[in-house]
Amino acid sequence: MTATPDDGAPNAAATDLAQSPFLSRFRPRGPVWLATPALFVLLLVLAYPLGIVLWRSFSDPAIGIDNYVWFFQSAVNRAVLQRTFVVAAWVTLACLICAYPYAYAMTIVGRNMRLALILCVLVPFWLSGVVRTLAWVILLQDSGVINSMLRGIGLPPVKLIRTLPGVVIGMTQVLLPFMILPIYSVMKGIDTRLLPAARSLGAQPWKAFLQIYVPLSLPGVYAGAIIVFILSLGFYITPALLGGPRSILLSSLVQNQVLSLLNWGRGGAMGVVLLVATFLLLAIAAPLMRQKHTASRREV
Amino acid sequence: MPSFSRIVLGLFCLLVAILLLAPTLVVIPMSFNGNKSLAFPPVGFSWQWYANFFSSPDWTTSFSNSLIVALIVAVVATVIGTLAAFGVSRAAARTGGLLRALLITPMVVPGVVLAIGIYAVYLDTHLVGTVTGFVLAHTMLAIPFVLIAVQASLEVFDRRLETAASSLGAGRLTVFRTVTLPLILPGVLSGALFAFITSFDEIIVALFITSPYLKTLPVQIYSSITRDADPTVAAVGTLLFLATSLIIIAGLLLGMRRERT
Repeated sequence: MTATPDDGAPNAAATDLAQSPFLSRFRPRGPVWLATPALFVLLLVLAYPLGIVLWRSFSDPAIGIDNYVWFFQSAVNRAVLQRTFVVAAWVTLACLICAYPYAYAMTIVGRNMRLALILCVLVPFWLSGVVRTLAWVILLQDSGVINSMLRGIGLPPVKLIRTLPGVVIGMTQVLLPFMILPIYSVMKGIDTRLLPAARSLGAQPWKAFLQIYVPLSLPGVYAGAIIVFILSLGFYITPALLGGPRSILLSSLVQNQVLSLLNWGRGGAMGVVLLVATFLLLAIAAPLMRQKHTASRREV
Repeated sequence: MPSFSRIVLGLFCLLVAILLLAPTLVVIPMSFNGNKSLAFPPVGFSWQWYANFFSSPDWTTSFSNSLIVALIVAVVATVIGTLAAFGVSRAAARTGGLLRALLITPMVVPGVVLAIGIYAVYLDTHLVGTVTGFVLAHTMLAIPFVLIAVQASLEVFDRRLETAASSLGAGRLTVFRTVTLPLILPGVLSGALFAFITSFDEIIVALFITSPYLKTLPVQIYSSITRDADPTVAAVGTLLFLATSLIIIAGLLLGMRRERT
């Protein structure tokens, strides 16, 4: 938001003026219908396809909830569903641990250093997504960068490719910017004089940081965590290329049902489970995010 | 005075930066590999993977397919998304918020779920492996990015300028063409760039709706990775990385010049 607080008053006056009956005759009207083409595209290639998936999950091969019963009764499916959530949680935690100090550093360094840190966050986006996954294959494979470094310092090699930790490492790198940027944008707005103020009133530096700074930065943490968690749930390419048979996530299972087994009903049911989980999380988290946001603004 | 905690923080950030940059740092040297292998560090030096990219029809056709689809998507999604951004920002707060949430949904729907749905529809309507099919799906995925970029420009745009122009007798289209559009152009252009990249880099839906006759570049990269260890992928990645860097740096320089004048 580029508007500064002190230009609020004249702006409001001008809005009043613009809303006067005389001037409003000249103002181009606010046409909501301009969004119609976009909504039409969404209806055609988003709502209708998702509707088909939903319909098939209840109708293929027979009308009923057989596909869902099958999904939740199979131990393999339940294990994959659980693993998908566990991986999303690990990725979110790993991103948070990396992102919080990094974003904090971005707010306290000089202009040039900050530019360099921002560049490090943006450069990964310039590399094609699929190519980035190939890079992680190169890094994690048995003859890869990480293992040659371990060998160099005399440590035994570790198996990373086709394992769950390998998948988590790759996903963390891909999703890290989505955690750093929201946290940074909230931290940027925190009044840094609060910390010296707390210390001058006798608080220990660490206590001041934990009790004053961390709570104010929480809206960014929530926003980042929700984005990362939700995107992790739907990840497909990275787990498919870095994972193995024992680290399959829900997306790969959906793909397998539809493309290999041609079972649209079961694949659709899995897809609907994934979709519902995503939107439930969003619905629960969205109000939380918004409330915290306004609260912190008022406090600052 | 660099205190102890500052040094720890600095070292930690260095590690995070290395993690962020690691893929780029690995792909570029790998593209000059002397052997057909992805073992690191690469052995020898050669341009053969770049030569392979430019001479193999598999790579060149998939590249031109992606370019065509992404260019059409950039135009279509930018027009539709910009219109939608106007609709959203000029609607009443409640309607606008709802509309915006609706139009941003493609960003959060899990890719595979969307892909099987689109695949099902395309099988029925014979759109699998067609440019139209790719353009439609990618336009839907790109609209949120255009919407966000243009809306950001509209938020700082002073609407009194429009009122002023029309009170001086300009028609609605003239106002848009001569006042509104020039002022929100940076947002529209960055929206177009985002739309282009979204389409050019899209892989999940593409994997489902592709056919042997119409492959996009990400599909070709994906099948190359799953088939064998071919450093051509690293060469493609490096070329795309260079192209993206040049476009973004050019955009930043242009933006800076605009600000100065």
